[in-house]
Amino acid sequence: MKVKMISRNPDQYVRETKLQNHRMPRNFDPELHPMETAREYVRALNATKLERVFAKPFVGNLSGHRDGVACFGKHPKQLSTLVTGAYDGEIRIWDLANRASIRNFVAHDGFVRGIVYSVNGDRFFTVGDDKTIKVWKNDMPDVDEEEEPVNTILSRTILTGISHHRNESIYATCGEVCAIWDENRNDPLKTLKWGVDTLHTVAFNQVETSLLSCCASDRSIILYDQREALPLRKIVLTMKSNKLAWNPMEAFNFTVANEDCNLYTFDTRQLKNPLKIHFDHVSAVTDVDYSPTGKEFVSGSYDKTIRIYNVHHSHSREIYHTKRMQHVVCIAWSLDNRYIFSGSDEMNIRMWKSNASEKLGVIRPRERVAFNYQEKLKEKFAAHPQIKRIARHRQVPKHVLNAQRKIRAIKDKEKVKEANVRKHSKPGKVPFVSEKEKPVLREDV
Amino acid sequence: MLEDENLDKKPPRRGAKSAPSRYFHSPVPEEEVKPIKLKGVSQQNFSGEIIKVEQDKQIGFKKTFYRKGAPKKHIKTETNSKIPKNLLKKYDKGEKVRSKGVKTKFFKEKQERKEVYLQYATEQAARTEILLTEQQGFIEPDEEEITAQYRQVEIAKNVDILSASKHFKLNLDFGPYSLRYTKNGRHLLLGGRRGHVAAFDWITKKLLCEMNVMEEVADVSWLHVHTMFACAQKDWVYIYDSQGTELHCVKRLYRVNCMEFLPYHFLLATGNKDGYASWLDVSIGELVSNFNTKLGDIRLMHQNPGNGVLCIGGSKGVVSMWSPKVREPLAKMLCHSTPMSALTVDPKGQYMVTAGQDRKVKVWDIRALKGPLVSYGLRLPANQVVVSQRGTLAYSQGTYCEIQSNLLLGEKAETPYLRQMCDSFVHGMRFCPYEDILGIATAKGFQSLLVPGSGEPNFDALEDNPYQTKSQRREHEVHALLEKIPPELITLDPNEISAVDVPTLQEKVDAKRSLFHLKPPKIDFKSRHKMKGRGGSAKASRNKQIVKDLKRKEFIADIKKSKQSIFKQNSKKASDFIPLDSSVPSVLDRFKPKSTKKK
Repeated sequence: MKVKMISRNPDQYVRETKLQNHRMPRNFDPELHPMETAREYVRALNATKLERVFAKPFVGNLSGHRDGVACFGKHPKQLSTLVTGAYDGEIRIWDLANRASIRNFVAHDGFVRGIVYSVNGDRFFTVGDDKTIKVWKNDMPDVDEEEEPVNTILSRTILTGISHHRNESIYATCGEVCAIWDENRNDPLKTLKWGVDTLHTVAFNQVETSLLSCCASDRSIILYDQREALPLRKIVLTMKSNKLAWNPMEAFNFTVANEDCNLYTFDTRQLKNPLKIHFDHVSAVTDVDYSPTGKEFVSGSYDKTIRIYNVHHSHSREIYHTKRMQHVVCIAWSLDNRYIFSGSDEMNIRMWKSNASEKLGVIRPRERVAFNYQEKLKEKFAAHPQIKRIARHRQVPKHVLNAQRKIRAIKDKEKVKEANVRKHSKPGKVPFVSEKEKPVLREDV
Repeated sequence: MLEDENLDKKPPRRGAKSAPSRYFHSPVPEEEVKPIKLKGVSQQNFSGEIIKVEQDKQIGFKKTFYRKGAPKKHIKTETNSKIPKNLLKKYDKGEKVRSKGVKTKFFKEKQERKEVYLQYATEQAARTEILLTEQQGFIEPDEEEITAQYRQVEIAKNVDILSASKHFKLNLDFGPYSLRYTKNGRHLLLGGRRGHVAAFDWITKKLLCEMNVMEEVADVSWLHVHTMFACAQKDWVYIYDSQGTELHCVKRLYRVNCMEFLPYHFLLATGNKDGYASWLDVSIGELVSNFNTKLGDIRLMHQNPGNGVLCIGGSKGVVSMWSPKVREPLAKMLCHSTPMSALTVDPKGQYMVTAGQDRKVKVWDIRALKGPLVSYGLRLPANQVVVSQRGTLAYSQGTYCEIQSNLLLGEKAETPYLRQMCDSFVHGMRFCPYEDILGIATAKGFQSLLVPGSGEPNFDALEDNPYQTKSQRREHEVHALLEKIPPELITLDPNEISAVDVPTLQEKVDAKRSLFHLKPPKIDFKSRHKMKGRGGSAKASRNKQIVKDLKRKEFIADIKKSKQSIFKQNSKKASDFIPLDSSVPSVLDRFKPKSTKKK
């Protein structure tokens, strides 16, 4: 007879020296892993709890400005460089890795309204309330040299914003008119105008690079094509839009930060009503910036909070706030998709993680695998009530909570009123209007 | 993350050469343009040339989704052609989600993309099969011999020294004994009825502890690690560590007959003489649940390792299944018409094996609660039944013990796989996990039998590792504690947590029925505080009454409406139904009894 029995040679299962890793033979037979789903559920629950435990988004603050921070300029090539402008005309250049200001000088009389870098990042342009565009070198001046602009352009009109072309040496400013400038010339190549109102934001599209848009103080958003003499399109919203940001990946989408506490994402092909309305802020939204992936954007608001939204969702996935942070004026998402910068009224610039529970520093491969696994589990069980509750819960400041309640009461009241009016009118007299149709008042071509 | 995949995973364009650079460019290459022959020149009333454009294949083209990073060229050759179908079935996690019911195209595509990855995961898991190193054991009999005729001594002679050393016998004086192996099969725990308790590493024969608790010992059980075990003594359950030091005395577990440890829930389940089933959470030391099953003395109890449900066999031949958070049995199965004598569930949680005084051993499908799949008729009633990881069935009748190589063989097996005569009455049998060993505890001691082919040859070190070091054991313990499944999740279907929560028919019926007994809710109306002179308590109370009445009216109207809709649904008549009391006069009306008008 022939007999074989399970007889394991321990040498194959035990490590030889302490320098080796333990041998871990695997067998993925589902029958050796009973109650897989329940165990995964518990893991997902733990992962969700850990995410909330480790959610410490605040990285640090950069202090140095002597007045409120007005605008940011992101360096296109160096992740560790950020330029900020303040209400008193001061400009500071920061080394983010060391959280230190490396240069500072007064550039303008009055507010600095906008800062942009040129395409290769060797110089930057600032506009201020003193009707000038100043061009500065990115490099530090020598020890005995003074901080002086490379070029100063006097504009005929006031300037309120600036935006640089994605890959050409062209930039656009806005004010009374929208002007297109060449970097090498002191006169605008072209001025674009529609109506008499002041434009307060201009933004070049990052994909369809000759497209740009402005927000005007008559509550309108105007689309221009840099190649054409006349503006393309204009829409008027119910309230003023403060800032506009183009989606860097989807050329046709842009988001505006509106005075009515909401953000609106529009599709340029269909401007009649917004693609999505993003709620949750309780006061005017002052600034918005897209993440480089184009999937999320961040917004700062007058209600002293920062919120992060998914482009396709109408409610925010994250809220950041601190006790000391006042009205957020400007916001920027770093080009490596990991950090968010916020500048606020009380002179500080704050650095936040874009993913609140992300681990900073070196992540080893096994750690990375574990994080990915946790991510997937959270996604798989996201709809379970307990997990959903933990993942969604955020502590918000009391004033925000109260304001939220108030806004909800107002909305409810309006709904009740509309329903009552409908009830006591002829059928069909009071039509149902969807929320999306409300914000756009008209579209001009 | 998932949306990341969505964006990047645009389906590849079909035929790059046919793809137009602009939409107004002709998508049709020259060679596909064929002139059409017309019947006659006279029929043509225009001078141009008619061409027939072959319809582009893209119409009706079904999108196929590919995994990110999959080699594009070899997609077809890579798919499951190489993986045997039985392997794919083994690692299969269930059917695909039918995208038919998904409403929007976006989510439909999202689901289809997901399925590609799930399919890939199944394939990858099936591929790992070739990495398994160990082979299953077996006995190949010589010609004109059968395996049943081999004695243990002969088998031990024909195997290697290491395996031969696993066949041993212990003569012990404090019998009858009960026994348990640890989950990784490395340690053995023996408990003699007359107080003798011994724990040891049975492979190296290294003793962990041995003592006499000076009390009757009903049952013993390892806890999650081999450093702790529970011992059901005369009155209470005691927990000892591997040195034999008493750690706890659990007085709430009183006069316990049998114990089962649920390793993933950290629950010590016990059944006692008064019919109480109790679950003790050993990680926090709390009694999760304790109630009377009303079954009387619980003597047969076994956990279902597939879902953690406790199967309790009774003297009425009924097996009832219990979960700690439900006070009624989840299911009951009438298995024998006589009292039951033994009960076990196979380690995979697929089959339940029962034995009764009717001298039958029956195998049941415990997932579908069906059966018996197979029934064995014996000469004597079986008093112990066990199933190994590979489905080897062993049962004992008094001192005699038989082993079937597969539990599903049934009556077809004319002779057993192996047989063994023990020196005294068999009181406990267990297969050792991950080994080809059957441990038998009798009234006079313990013996370890070689049963080739009974154990799972390849262990998963992250689940159970027989070669665990101390640090590994500690790490495993921490992980296991973090992943402790809450007792609420013990259900008959272990995957219930991932299923969609759809109300059952019973719940729907109950909801409808409850409509008829609803009472209007109490309304707590607080009138707005008004300035002096404008309100007054009389006005306020009147307003309150008005609001209350309005709400009540509304509620009643709603209920009435929903009730009527139910009546309407249920009053759908069959086509051939003639109503007795119809308003339409018929010729048959004269046969009706005349209604007497009451005054």
